[in-house]
Amino acid sequence: MLFIKCPYCGIRSQNEFAYGGDATVKRPELNKEISDKEWDDFVYNRKSPRGKHLEFWHHISGCRQWFKVHRDTATHEIFKTLKPHEEL
Amino acid sequence: MTQEFRLKDEGLIDRSKKISFKFNGKKYFGYEGDTLASALIANGVHLVGRSFKYHRPRGFYGAGVDDPYALVQLIRNNETIPNIKATEQELFEGLEAKSVNCWPNVNFDIGGINNFLRIFLPAGFYYKTFMWPKSFWYRIYEPFIRKAAGFGVVTHEHDKERYEHKYEYCDLLVTGSGPSGLASAYSAAKNGAKVILAEDKPRFGGSLLTSEVTIGNQTGKEWADKIVTELKEMPNVVVKNRAQVFGYYDHNMLVMSERISEHMPKTEKFMPKQKLWYIRAKEVVISSGSIERPIVFGNNDTPGIMLSSAAKEYMKVYGVLVGKKPLIFTNNDSAYETAIEFKKNGINPIVLDSRKELNSDLITEAKNLGIDIKFEHVVVNANGYRKVKSADITKISEDKTNLGKIENIACDCICVSGFWTPTIHLASQSGGKTKFNEDIDAFIPSQSKQNETTVGSANGIFNLNDTLKNSFEAGYELSKKITSKENKLSVPAVVEKKNSKHDKFWCVPLPKGKKYKRFLDFQNDVAVSDIELALREGYRSIEHVKRYTTLGMATDQGKTSNLNGLQLVSNIENKVVPEVGHTTFRPPYTPVSIGAIVGREVGKHSKPTRKSPMHSWHEKNNAVFVDAGLWLRPRYYKKGNETLFDASKREAENVRKNVGVCDVTTLGKIDVKGPDAAEFLNRVYTNAWLKLPVGKARYGVMLREDGIVMDDGTTTRVSENHYHMTTTTAQAANVLSHLEYYLQIVWPELNVNVVSTTEQWAGAAIAGPKSRDLLQKLFPETDCSNEGLPFMGFIETKLFGVYARIFRISFSGELAYEVNVESDNGNFMWEKIIELGEEFKIQPYGTEALSTLRIEMGHVAGSELDGRTTPFDSSLEGLLSKKKDFIGKRSLQKEAFISPDREKLVGVVPLDKKTSIPEGSYIVRDANAKLPNPKLGHVSASCWSVEYNNPFSLAIIKDGKNMIGQKLFALSPLKKKSIPVEIVSSHYVDPKGERVRS
Repeated sequence: MLFIKCPYCGIRSQNEFAYGGDATVKRPELNKEISDKEWDDFVYNRKSPRGKHLEFWHHISGCRQWFKVHRDTATHEIFKTLKPHEEL
Repeated sequence: MTQEFRLKDEGLIDRSKKISFKFNGKKYFGYEGDTLASALIANGVHLVGRSFKYHRPRGFYGAGVDDPYALVQLIRNNETIPNIKATEQELFEGLEAKSVNCWPNVNFDIGGINNFLRIFLPAGFYYKTFMWPKSFWYRIYEPFIRKAAGFGVVTHEHDKERYEHKYEYCDLLVTGSGPSGLASAYSAAKNGAKVILAEDKPRFGGSLLTSEVTIGNQTGKEWADKIVTELKEMPNVVVKNRAQVFGYYDHNMLVMSERISEHMPKTEKFMPKQKLWYIRAKEVVISSGSIERPIVFGNNDTPGIMLSSAAKEYMKVYGVLVGKKPLIFTNNDSAYETAIEFKKNGINPIVLDSRKELNSDLITEAKNLGIDIKFEHVVVNANGYRKVKSADITKISEDKTNLGKIENIACDCICVSGFWTPTIHLASQSGGKTKFNEDIDAFIPSQSKQNETTVGSANGIFNLNDTLKNSFEAGYELSKKITSKENKLSVPAVVEKKNSKHDKFWCVPLPKGKKYKRFLDFQNDVAVSDIELALREGYRSIEHVKRYTTLGMATDQGKTSNLNGLQLVSNIENKVVPEVGHTTFRPPYTPVSIGAIVGREVGKHSKPTRKSPMHSWHEKNNAVFVDAGLWLRPRYYKKGNETLFDASKREAENVRKNVGVCDVTTLGKIDVKGPDAAEFLNRVYTNAWLKLPVGKARYGVMLREDGIVMDDGTTTRVSENHYHMTTTTAQAANVLSHLEYYLQIVWPELNVNVVSTTEQWAGAAIAGPKSRDLLQKLFPETDCSNEGLPFMGFIETKLFGVYARIFRISFSGELAYEVNVESDNGNFMWEKIIELGEEFKIQPYGTEALSTLRIEMGHVAGSELDGRTTPFDSSLEGLLSKKKDFIGKRSLQKEAFISPDREKLVGVVPLDKKTSIPEGSYIVRDANAKLPNPKLGHVSASCWSVEYNNPFSLAIIKDGKNMIGQKLFALSPLKKKSIPVEIVSSHYVDPKGERVRS
């Protein structure tokens, strides 16, 4: 069970959180004309890297804030956690 | 029966407390402090079970966790428990145990014939034999193999025991209370660290309980006792015995199972059997010790053959002799301690040492005691079936290839020592690397990955002096990192015997012409010949060899067999062991009860139960409940002998004719507030929201980004910047997370807050042609007319002084209202509705009638919005705004989404107007077509239409719009039904929606 530092609440056990997917994906702006490929890249296409990965987590059984986790998918090492607007 | 093999006064057992127990129906006696194994050996019982594959007689090989085969079935508190290790199970008054894997009994076992058929049962036998014909597998082979395989029987009864979970945090977790564990824990605790010390056995001290050493001016055991007593008194230390740390998981979380009452006859009602500890430790000291290795020789699994350390433990801890004519077979010094112990107890052992004659403290002591030592001698084969009777021994050449003349000597036990294997399971589970240490022919931890440090013999250090020095140091350094204190203790002086070097000898060659079975893995019956065969057949990776032969598998996890297996593979392959590598160590180190993993989350505690404020009213009025997620909802209210069908039909008919009331508290409710709330809803929902006036509700559909319908519901504008959103019961939590995602991550510029208010409001849906009359009675001061409260209208008012909200919305398709009051007033509201509704013949209705009403109206719900349907599929395309963008809109332009081939919502009626169509049925053109019959779609929901008094279903079928009027078939292979049907509009009742507006 991972030990995750919520940027708002501090370090808590994994069972308080829900995984929320790749945090490097940016939603295309509303009302913008975009190609099928751009849309597919946003909706479906993910890299699933072995190693460092920036991802969203949701503190569902805590403050209910979404935030970013920089984690190694192979070793589960967590390098850093960030608020949604913060960059690595 | 007398305890013939019990020593007079040696051991740590309490001879004043005699205990009676039963094994295979026979009564025996032991003492408090015995294990089942030690008590049986004291009574001369060595035959404990039959082996896994060949059903060979098996006895005791170890004295604790290392024993591979002393598994028994335990009967305790009238419950039968399989897979109990006799060497670990403590004796208690009235204990009952049975042998496993034998029939009719352990002495005469029919399965023993496998032993004579073993030539036909090579490695991979099952894989090779039971492949063809394929259809035989689950009809004949599998049931047969299942019956023949496995240890013990699992009960079909509900486990009445209580298991608990505990979460704990500490600075330092120490796994094992041998000298290294005690030293680390003590030195860290004295330096202010919060320490947990876990010991698997009932007694603390590990090897100090059986070794002849002095620490300071005390014996090893006295020193251990003193340290444990002191640790127990320290407020910063938790000391646990009977506690096995079995798994090392991510981020320094370890799991430990503590046996709370398994060693006692009867538990108090609420006393847990086991407790599972989830421990998050800042640092971990692995002091798990080492396990003695066997030397492999012919028939080395015969009962009476065991590890030399086990024989010593039985003498020194339990005061039990494992035999009176012992043969000791060793390649190192440690077995001499066992020989000396025998001698001290008046028994004359013979020692066979594979090494050339040499001297050391222990060997000299043994010689001085007059012990018969034969150097350069080995055991070639053991004779005896149910118990070892004699051994074939011989001289062996220096290169260990040539055997001399074979000589037979009588013995009643053979104590084997092939040196020591560090227990590196936890260190390896943590993700740390291991390395092969040539000096000890075994793997030790090298680079750690998490915050763990391995000390003592688990780290390959077999002398006490270094062990204590390193462990005191480790405890101090690790605690200093955490507490920043510098309270360093001095290491006590040690007196111990020096050992000479061991012999790298592990397997006795077969004499010419002999084909003795030489076992590597005792638990899984894997012999040398099986590994040889696997390699001949081309298996190379040690992981493959393991799975093909089952070496190192099952509950034992290769504790005694791992290294010898690796030695053999590397010998055949002409490699060295580190080249072959070892298999992955995975938790758990020892078996864990499923009950302990589940803990208290069983039965009704397996999940929380959510109840509406009106729940007790429903109960009193014969509601039959159904699970809706975590909620309990009335499915129907039973009158007399009514069936579900009768009751739901009556309830639904009453809604269509008079008026009904349904508890809709469980619907998800979310408050959406803020100046940008309208804009936010406009992006979340597919339809337009900017112009919704205050006091009006609107039905909305929300999509996922991939264009699939996520949820639907009504949202009401309560005031300028305040909306009340409803979701389906099932999706409430997901919708909230979804909204939070967009507000916090995608559009943080929107000034909107969302919060769940599901539990704040109690809701009642009042539906039926007489609902307005009832509403007027409930709210006499409020204008409830069609003009005062039109369809989709909303008002805030008072229900007999209680704040209430009325929404004119309808799921049933009838004229209907939903009244919300604060949860605390829910029951008051409900009782008022029932009381004043009496004159209108009101009846409460449950989810079954609710479904009937919505299905015949063609309103979609969870069974249609099943995570696969688009707005087009579910006939919701009318709600797609063309003018604005919304979540998921871009996906709807994609080719697959607009294909005419897509399945679409329709209604289905059986031609005979009688046969109900099972939900999940396929719709096909030809009921008798050859398989696979092309499927047009499936039936999503079925009901008995109360409007037309015949069955009606909703289905989602290909090209649905153009199928209306066609005669097709509904097939249910599961229910063996083939029903001719007609496709009709999904709006079966009131297609123009006049009733809701009336």
